Amino acid sequence: MSLTSRDVEKIANLARLGIDDQEKPVYASNLSKIVEFVDQLARAQTDGVTPMAHPLEGLTQRLRADDITETDDHEKYQRNAAAVQAGLYLVPKVIE
Amino acid sequence: MSWHARSIAELVTALERREISSVELTGHFLERISALNGALNALITVTADRALGDAAVADRRRAAGERGPLLGIPLIHKDIFCTDGVRTSCGSRMLDNFIAPYDATVVARLKAAGAVMLGKANMDEFAMGSSNETSYYGPVRNPWDLGKVPGGSSGGSAAAVAARLAPFSTGTDTGGSIRQPAALSGVTGIKPTYGRVSRYGMIAFASSLDQAGVFARSAADAAAALGAIAGFDPRDSTSVDAPVPDYAATLDAPLTGVRIGLVQEFAEALEPRNAALIAGALDVFRSLGAETTTVSLPSLPLSVPTYYVVAPAECSSNLSRFDGVRFGYRCADPRDLRDLYERSRGEGFGAEVKRRIMTGTYVLSAGYFDAYYLKAQKVRQLIADEFCTAFQRVDLLIGPTTPTPAFGIGAKIDDPVTMYLNDIYTIGANLAGLPAISAPCGFVDGLPMGVQLIGPHFAEGRLLNAVHRYQLATDWHARTAPGYA
Repeated sequence: MSLTSRDVEKIANLARLGIDDQEKPVYASNLSKIVEFVDQLARAQTDGVTPMAHPLEGLTQRLRADDITETDDHEKYQRNAAAVQAGLYLVPKVIE
Repeated sequence: MSWHARSIAELVTALERREISSVELTGHFLERISALNGALNALITVTADRALGDAAVADRRRAAGERGPLLGIPLIHKDIFCTDGVRTSCGSRMLDNFIAPYDATVVARLKAAGAVMLGKANMDEFAMGSSNETSYYGPVRNPWDLGKVPGGSSGGSAAAVAARLAPFSTGTDTGGSIRQPAALSGVTGIKPTYGRVSRYGMIAFASSLDQAGVFARSAADAAAALGAIAGFDPRDSTSVDAPVPDYAATLDAPLTGVRIGLVQEFAEALEPRNAALIAGALDVFRSLGAETTTVSLPSLPLSVPTYYVVAPAECSSNLSRFDGVRFGYRCADPRDLRDLYERSRGEGFGAEVKRRIMTGTYVLSAGYFDAYYLKAQKVRQLIADEFCTAFQRVDLLIGPTTPTPAFGIGAKIDDPVTMYLNDIYTIGANLAGLPAISAPCGFVDGLPMGVQLIGPHFAEGRLLNAVHRYQLATDWHARTAPGYA
């Protein structure tokens, strides 16, 4: 299956990924090759096979007790943010 | 013998006998890094002051009577592991300014064991690549030939051990990112069973495949390093709560009667010189008492396409956290929130990461989910089942680690699918969550090649034992790149 620049735009939009116009045909060509490559999976006989849910047979995600174990380190964590005020992350205005 | 040519066990003995202190040993490796890293680009960050401070602490611990297989031994961490107070870039512009606020469990455990971090290793951006060329910080060069790649994604970790910049290093392996660079750089690298080592604080790429492991010059050194990082961690919900065997204690076990199966699908169409090296390794294992046979895993040739659905799907989900708000790169003067997201991600991520995010977004999108993602998870189960059946007949599987030796920088970077096929022999173990190891087994065109052994879940001890016995009988692992001895 061949993807177009328009498809790249749609996918990039879903992924919130800014792509320059001149790069779109390059990604379209790359992604087409990747999709063509993975299309060979369609030939595999998988009737009655359950999709893998966990790489270790029979193991599932563990739950933990609902106890408070974390300390409040928000000031330390927020040092990595571009814009913070009064313990809040700042973003461009959303509501006019 | 120079300090950087010694095994971890020899270094520990020297530390115990006070022939050298950890501060002196750390200084020795820091000097090598400052002399040699400029040409190799194996490290993104060197933490010299911190290393000397940690080494002094290790010396005091040893003086107080403490002992340990890594106490005072220097190492280099792949820059995917969070290190408290130290930049953790993941090879990306996105995290160029990110100072990790805590230690990954792998980092914390090695620190507790007294190992001394020298710095952070270069890597493919977000561990996506097989050549270390997708790094924001530029490619790593292979110590065996500076015009060649070291493999990836843990290319800096592999090159650093190959160049003797540290006795061992950490890495991660999602589709071969420890074993492939280990093979191309001429060192030993082990990817443990999924869940054996905690992923806490290890920046996520594909969570059902990612696993941390180590690079070292020998299986014996790797056993000491793996022993320190393996084990249950309540902070990783996929960490397995099972006791960690003493890997060092079983290294010398005889291989008499151990059944090793050559993977037929790996052996087919193998380049003759590569095939001869694998045949040579099989001869060695037979001479050590192992029984060899051939095993077929008919679905294994589908492992690369399976991987290139599952891994990008998980990547697109995991990397959605990079939004320019809480950490990481933020674009200048965003017009609105949407522009902030799109430009921060568009400018912060490199081309390969964008390709994978878009591939993943595509295969998960409405109308394609069943045909791609669900289908791939079914084929993945088939592959896992075939491995399971094979391990009823044999104890270990064997094959090459890579199709070719290290290739030229720039040779494959423009063709994603050709690059992806580098991992044709390594991806199966990730899909099935199996432990696997690569060890040097000879040379093609003067460049190192690796033999790969794959074991059943939690057979790390058996893998290290088999490679240790192989390394007692051969000296491929002891060869050092010219100029780095």
